[in-house]
Amino acid sequence: MIKVKINGQEQSWDGDPDLPLLWFLRDEAGLTGTKYGCGQALCGSCTVIVDKQAVRACITSVNDVAGREVTTIEGLHPNGDHPVQKAWRQVNVPQCGFCQAGQIMQAAALLMENPKPSHDQIREAMSGNICRCGCYQRIENAVHLASTGV
Amino acid sequence: MNFIDNPRKLRGFEKHIKVEKVSRRSILKGLGVTGGFVLAAPVMSRQALAYETGAGKMPHGVVVDPRVFVSVGADGIVTIVGHRSEMGTGVRTSLPLIVAEEMEADWSRVKVQQAHGDEVKFGNQDTDGSRSTRHYLIPMRQIGASARTMLEQAAAKRWGVPATEVKAVNHEVVHSASGRKLGFGELAADAAKESVPSIEGLKLKDPKNFRYLGKGQIGIVDLHDITTGKANYGADVRLPGMKYAVIARPPVTGGKLVKFEPAEALKVPGVEKVMQVRGWPWPSKFQPLGGVAVIARNTGAAIKGRDALKLTWDDGPNGKYDSVAYRKELEEASRKPGLVLRKEGDADAALKSADKVIVGEYYLPHLAHVAMETPVAVADVKGDKAEIWAPVQSPGGTREDVAKTLGIPEANVTVNVTLLGGGFGRKSKCDFALEAALLSKELGAPVKVQWTREDDIHNGFLHTVSVERIEAGLDKSGKVIAWRHRSVAPSIASTFAAGTVHQAPFEIGMGLVDMPFEIANISCENPEAAAFTRIGWFRAVSNIPRAFAVQSMVGEIAQATGRDQKDMLLELIGSPRIVKPNVKDLWNYGEPQDSYPIDTARLRKVVELVAEKGEWGRKVPKGHGLGIAVHRSFVSYIATIVEVAVDDKGKLTVPRVDTAIDCGTYVNPERIASQIEGAAIMGLSLAKYGEITFKDGKVQQKNFDDFQVVRMDDSPVVTNVYIVPPGPDTPPSGVGEPGVPPFAPALINAIFAATGKRIRALPIGKQLEA
Repeated sequence: MIKVKINGQEQSWDGDPDLPLLWFLRDEAGLTGTKYGCGQALCGSCTVIVDKQAVRACITSVNDVAGREVTTIEGLHPNGDHPVQKAWRQVNVPQCGFCQAGQIMQAAALLMENPKPSHDQIREAMSGNICRCGCYQRIENAVHLASTGV
Repeated sequence: MNFIDNPRKLRGFEKHIKVEKVSRRSILKGLGVTGGFVLAAPVMSRQALAYETGAGKMPHGVVVDPRVFVSVGADGIVTIVGHRSEMGTGVRTSLPLIVAEEMEADWSRVKVQQAHGDEVKFGNQDTDGSRSTRHYLIPMRQIGASARTMLEQAAAKRWGVPATEVKAVNHEVVHSASGRKLGFGELAADAAKESVPSIEGLKLKDPKNFRYLGKGQIGIVDLHDITTGKANYGADVRLPGMKYAVIARPPVTGGKLVKFEPAEALKVPGVEKVMQVRGWPWPSKFQPLGGVAVIARNTGAAIKGRDALKLTWDDGPNGKYDSVAYRKELEEASRKPGLVLRKEGDADAALKSADKVIVGEYYLPHLAHVAMETPVAVADVKGDKAEIWAPVQSPGGTREDVAKTLGIPEANVTVNVTLLGGGFGRKSKCDFALEAALLSKELGAPVKVQWTREDDIHNGFLHTVSVERIEAGLDKSGKVIAWRHRSVAPSIASTFAAGTVHQAPFEIGMGLVDMPFEIANISCENPEAAAFTRIGWFRAVSNIPRAFAVQSMVGEIAQATGRDQKDMLLELIGSPRIVKPNVKDLWNYGEPQDSYPIDTARLRKVVELVAEKGEWGRKVPKGHGLGIAVHRSFVSYIATIVEVAVDDKGKLTVPRVDTAIDCGTYVNPERIASQIEGAAIMGLSLAKYGEITFKDGKVQQKNFDDFQVVRMDDSPVVTNVYIVPPGPDTPPSGVGEPGVPPFAPALINAIFAATGKRIRALPIGKQLEA
């Protein structure tokens, strides 16, 4: 039996310990905010925060996060008012929106580590997250806005 | 783990039930309870437009009826139906916003309800071809005006005053003579009893009184849900007792399963069943390819189970498809005469007598859509009834195809449209929903079919591959006197009919025969090309290769004659005029020529605007260059200037992009800007990296590592968008797609300016290195 804390709530799993965290979150725990995009840590759609670090849930097993704290988009802020979320709305970032949970989690992790990232630091930190609609200019502006106060 | 006690699980479940209730109840019946605009049965009316569009000729045409699209609750909440699919353009906001504008509803008291697939009720729902605003601006205004009129009539009756004395203003009807006011909610029940006014007699608002349209101040309705993970995409639908499936499909288009061994797959924890999926012979439109499905309790187990399957395939007739050999075939075909589609003057003779002939042979490979949400669908088939939840661009078509595939009446099929995690044309094909329907029927349980990224790249409906060969003949003064364009590419029609070797009218009309230059001798030809895989629509479709070739050729002519690119472009466009190509039944994006002619004044205008705002001719640092291109597509006019920087190792970056668009009358300039910003990135992706290749009939790429798209660190640093203000009666035109085609040729022209290297084959890949 694996125990893991997700958005502050203890969850347990007695199935395949190698099950990717992504599918545990989506299919077993019903937390569908975290998205599948590639399954190979190439696109960042499944980004969640594990103990303050952004990780790709598609290549992280449930076993890997045993006893650790996982935060998904649903748990980032109780009312959805994390500075990154607010900035995202102010800048009207999303088009289709599918990748945005991963983008927001990556940006939130970046700001925990570096509260005032530069233009180049934002572009580098966010480049593991693909947006096929091409919202990058607005993502960069929103991260900048979140870092300077929304 | 006890799932019943898991509150998270329940939350997902409840979320689904809410969707289900909304979709299942008839809007009329459901809203009757609260006293909305309700009559016994909806009445269909055909459009009566201020200007003619092709909307009425689409399957099932247009429905203009407030009782179908609008309801007002006693609490004053106005519910407006969005009947088009939301894939990122903002249409689920824009169309209801038009209705709200006209009916004087306060947007903060409006709810948007997604229509299920029912084209008899809602009119055409195919969300493609950059058509939604173009076809629905006036119908949605008429619907809003009808609703407003009914509310005004109800208020006038209540007060016993003439209807001409009352006026709807911001969610209330006001009688200014007496100072009386009634809220929309208070009037809802009475308004529902009013007869629907005739379209002809409706008074539309004066655009100068618009509160929302053209302003760009309203965010998309799903913005909060998207930023909090609550937005419901196809992938997010969860039903009680639902199974998860992934399918192993034939690696070669038209291939067949010979045998499969399920034993190892069944040993994977969580895998419940392995079963064959029915496939159809190629080509068969959007019917499934068939294969072997692994059914499991979660997607991760299903994928692991599929990896453990032992499969033997017969590759069939396309097993030799090879992109290197096929490119040679296309090139050879482009060097010989082909089916002549447009002939003006005598291009052959003029090319022979020309002082100089410039030849450009351009190659553009297959592309995959790779929307971030891979194809996915949920089906629940019970007896002769089917309910589908899917991110489809074609809810009506999906309903038809599910009914045909299962052999049940269309009336027994409900298609619930979720948000689409990107579409780009891939989700106009409902094969994934058909797979889910077939599996659910056989399993007797709800099932979700999830495509992996590898499936998406291996088994999609790819953008075509093409060779575009242009020969331009110049006289002694450098004037272009002859133009011969041969376009060779397998057609989308090959996905519908075997043996197709020529482009369809809707493909040749995308930048080949509608070429707008003022040249005396023109020949547009289409040599034969057979298809060896499934070809489908990809955002902007054939405009991508055509604009690439035509606008690269403009750069080449400028280069050969020592002219400025922009001056050369304007000279080729020529005088302001309506172009009438000598083409039988010229396809014009389904639009009548009268409302949507090929207008070179508008084409010139976007070039001049982008040149002015984008500071064409500005001094750029060493290693930088500027390029320009213009293209009319989806009856809009778009010009782009790209600034590139190429360092001494050949590394390409894009410091700045400027784009001017004339899309006629528009609704939401903020979403237009977002579409154009995104189009620049999609254009850069296809130019820099985009290539799907085949060997032994199989796609060689697998995922985002070998089919790359632009990431933030190599995206344009800044993209500026300029929208041409519309004339008073300019009909609206496309926005979703037209931003893509001019980007790649502007980029390639800029690379030439920066480096002196002329790139004629995409992707750029390593061509700038060394």
